[in-house]
Amino acid sequence: MDKALETIFSQFEGKREEIIPILQKVQEEYTYLPEHLMEEIADFTHVPGSDIYGVATFYAQFRFTPTGDKIVSVCRGTACHVRGAPAIYEEITDQLGLEGEGTTEDQKYTVETVACVGCCALAPVITINEEVHGDLTKKKVRKLLKKEGRKNGR
Amino acid sequence: MEDKKRTILICRGTGCESAKSPQIQAALEEKVQGLNVEVKFTGCHGMCQQGPIVVVEPEDIFYAHVKLRDVPKIVESHIKNDEVVERLVYEDPTTKEKIPTYHDIPFYKRQKRLVLRNCGQIDPENIDDALARDSYAGLGEALKMEPVEIVAEVKKSGLRGRGGGGFPTGLKWEFTQKAAGDVKYVLCNADEGDPGAFMDRSVLEGDPHAVLEGMIIAGFAISAKQGYIYCRAEYPLAIKRLQIAIEQAREHGYLGKDILGSGFDFDIEIFHGAGAFVCGEETALITSIEGNRGMPRNRPPYPANEGLYGKPTLLNNVKTYANIPLIITNGSGWFADIGTENSKGTAVFALTGKIANSGLIEVPMGVTLREIIYDIGGGILDSKEFKAVQTGGPSGGCLPESFLDTPVDYDSLIEAGSMMGSGGMVVMDEDTCMVDVARYFLDFTEKESCGKCVPCRIGTKQMLTILEDIVEGRGKPGDIDRLEELAHGIKIGSLCGLGQTAPNPVLTTIRYFRDEYEAHIYDNACPAKQCKEFISYHIVDSCIGCGLCRRNCPVDAITGEQKELHHIDQELCIQCGECYEVCPPKVFSIEIHTGEKSTEPEPVLQVVTG
Ligand SMILES: Cc1cc2nc3c(=O)[nH]c(=O)nc-3n(C[C@H](O)[C@H](O)[C@H](O)COP(=O)(O)O)c2cc1C
Ligand code: FES
Repeated sequence: MDKALETIFSQFEGKREEIIPILQKVQEEYTYLPEHLMEEIADFTHVPGSDIYGVATFYAQFRFTPTGDKIVSVCRGTACHVRGAPAIYEEITDQLGLEGEGTTEDQKYTVETVACVGCCALAPVITINEEVHGDLTKKKVRKLLKKEGRKNGR
Repeated sequence: MEDKKRTILICRGTGCESAKSPQIQAALEEKVQGLNVEVKFTGCHGMCQQGPIVVVEPEDIFYAHVKLRDVPKIVESHIKNDEVVERLVYEDPTTKEKIPTYHDIPFYKRQKRLVLRNCGQIDPENIDDALARDSYAGLGEALKMEPVEIVAEVKKSGLRGRGGGGFPTGLKWEFTQKAAGDVKYVLCNADEGDPGAFMDRSVLEGDPHAVLEGMIIAGFAISAKQGYIYCRAEYPLAIKRLQIAIEQAREHGYLGKDILGSGFDFDIEIFHGAGAFVCGEETALITSIEGNRGMPRNRPPYPANEGLYGKPTLLNNVKTYANIPLIITNGSGWFADIGTENSKGTAVFALTGKIANSGLIEVPMGVTLREIIYDIGGGILDSKEFKAVQTGGPSGGCLPESFLDTPVDYDSLIEAGSMMGSGGMVVMDEDTCMVDVARYFLDFTEKESCGKCVPCRIGTKQMLTILEDIVEGRGKPGDIDRLEELAHGIKIGSLCGLGQTAPNPVLTTIRYFRDEYEAHIYDNACPAKQCKEFISYHIVDSCIGCGLCRRNCPVDAITGEQKELHHIDQELCIQCGECYEVCPPKVFSIEIHTGEKSTEPEPVLQVVTG
C-alpha cells in the first residue's frame, strides 16, 4: 500500500462514519481522489466501493481528476453575484483559456466556482489556494493573474 | 505620555487577513518593542470593507485601510507623540466625514451587539482574553442549577432558533431533555449554507468560546456527553480557531471529565462538512455525520427523539448557542426585554450587495429594514436607487421599497413573503435585474437539490429552464403562470425545507416585480439593463475620441479616428460591457439601450460629425 495512505489509515479505525474524514485526508494529500485508492478505502471501511463513490460524488468538495498547481475558486454567492461575479468568472476563464471550470493544459491552474467564501463584504471575491482576494474588477483580475504568472515563472 | 499603557488591536478575520493584517501585526509588534504597548489580534469587527482595521485603546481610535507602510507613522505619531494619524482615521463613505473614535461611527452606534459582544474585542486564540470578558461565567452558574431550571430559563427568555426557521429553542431543549435514552448528542449547525452570508463564520472566528459554552450548557441541560460542530470546509480559519478553543477549554476544565468539579462529563469534536448546501438541513446533517450522502429524511421522528445514530439529539445554530451564556448570566427577563413581542433578543445580519457600508451587524429585533439599510448601512452604493432587499437566502424573498418600514422579526418577514433566514441580507439597486436574481437562486437550488424527491429534483429544473428562457430572450406568454403553477407544486410536494422554500425567490419577484418579467417577455427589454440579450451599447456625442474603448474592445467592434466620435458596430458587439467600464467617468459617453432588439443595426450614430 501507498505509504501516505497507510499513514492516513493509521489515524482511523475503519468505521463507516469515518468515510468523509478519510476522503478529505486523502484529497488533502493527493489533491484529488485517485481511482485505485477508492478500492483501498472500501476495503479499509468494509463498505462497497460503489457506496464510497456514492458518498464522494455527493459532496462538492471532492474531485476525481488531479488539479493544477494553483486552484482559483471564484465565488458565485449572492453578494458576489450582484456585484459582478459573472464578469469576473468570464475574465478568469478567458485569461486562462478555459471554456468553464477545469484545469489548464499546462496543469498550472484549476478554476472552480464555490458557493460563498464568507467574505461577502469584499464582494466580488476569489481565492487562489485559500488566499482571499476581494473587491475585484476585471482589471484587478488581469493584474493578479499576471502577478501569479510571474510567481510561477511564466 | 508614552508611559500610558496602550493596547493596539489588529483585526485578523478572514477579510482583514486577506489584506495582509498578519504582516501588519508583526510589523507593529516589532516597532513597539520597549514601549508600554500590547499588540494583540482579534476576530472580525464587521466592517471588512474598511480593512485592515487597527484600533488603539484606551483612546478608542479606529484606523481603516491600514497598510504595512503606515505602521511607522502610527507608532511615531500616535503612540510616541499622542497625535492621532488623521489620514488613516475612518471616513464615512457617504458623508466623507472623518470619525476618529470607534464608538461614534454610525455603523456601530445603532447596533446592539450581544452575540457579537466579543468579536473584535478579544484574541480568539487566547482563552484568558475571553475569560477576562466573562466567558464561561454562564457555565459556572448553569452547573449550579437543575437541568429543568436551565430549560425553563431558556423557554422563558423567548429565544428562537437563529438558523432560519425560528423554532422556540426552549421547547426543543425540553423535548430532547424528556426524550428517553442514556446516550444523547448536542450538535451545532455551522454549515452556513446561505451563499452571501458570513455571520456564523465571524462568530466562530471572533468568539469561539461563546459557542462552546452554549453547547456545554445544552449538554448539561439534556444530559448529553458528546457534542459535534458541523462546520463547512470552506471556513479553514474558523475550524482552526475552534480547534484551539476546544483544546484551551479542555486545559481549563470546561470540557472533558468532571467539568468544574460538577461530576458532569462533556466533550466536543469538529466535523468538517464537504460542501453540500442541503447538509444544513438537520436530518441531512445528521446523515452526513454518520458517513452517508447527506440526504434529508421525513420527519417525524424529529432529531429530539431520533437523531444522530438514532439517539435523541439537540441541534441548534451557532448564534443560538452563543446567546445561551448571556441568558443564563443575565436572566431570561433581561433577554425577553430586548426585541418584540414574539421575537426576542437581537438579529445578526451580513449586510451586503449594493450598500455603502457592507458588513456584519447586530440589531434588536423589531428595527425596520430602512433603519438597517440607511442608518447603519449608509444607503445605496454610489447614490443609486434602492430596488430590493433579499433576506433568507435561497429560501427567502426579495422585498421592494414599499416594505422598507417592515420591522425585522420572524413573523413580519414571513408575512411579507420573505423570511428571517440565518442572516444574509443582500441589497439590490436599480442595476440589478430581478428576473436574473430569481434565475440565480433557482440555479443554486437546482444544483443543490439532493435528488431524493421528485418535485424538488425535476420541479426546480423546470422552473430554471423557464427563467433561463426569459432572461435569454426566449420568454413566451404564459411563462409567468407556468412558474407559479410549478412553484405551488414544489412547495407542497417536497420532502424537506430546501424544496419547500426553493420557489420563494421566484414567487416574491413575480409578486413585487412582475413588470420586469413582462418587460423581458413582451417588450424585449431588461429594465435594469443587465441581460445581454436585450441591451445594446451606443456611443453618444460627448465622446472625445480618446480611443480607450476602441483599444479595449475584445472583438474590434469599435471604430473611429483619434479625437473624433467613435462608433460601435452592433453586428460585432458581444455586449461584454468593456467599453462602458473603461470610458472615463468625466466623459461618460457610452449609453446602454434596451427594448430595441440588440441585433438590429443602429442607424442614428452612423453620422460622423466634423
Ligand atoms: C436546505 C436547508 C438548509 C439549511 N441550512 C442551515 C444552515 O446553514 N445553518 C443553520 O443553522 N440552519 C440551517 N437550516 C435549518 C436547520 O435545518 C435547523 O432548523 C437549524 O439548524 C436548527 O437550529 P436553530 O433552531 O438554532 O435555528 C437549513 C434548513 C434547510 C431546509
Ligand atoms: S457571496 Fe461571495 S464571499 Fe459570500
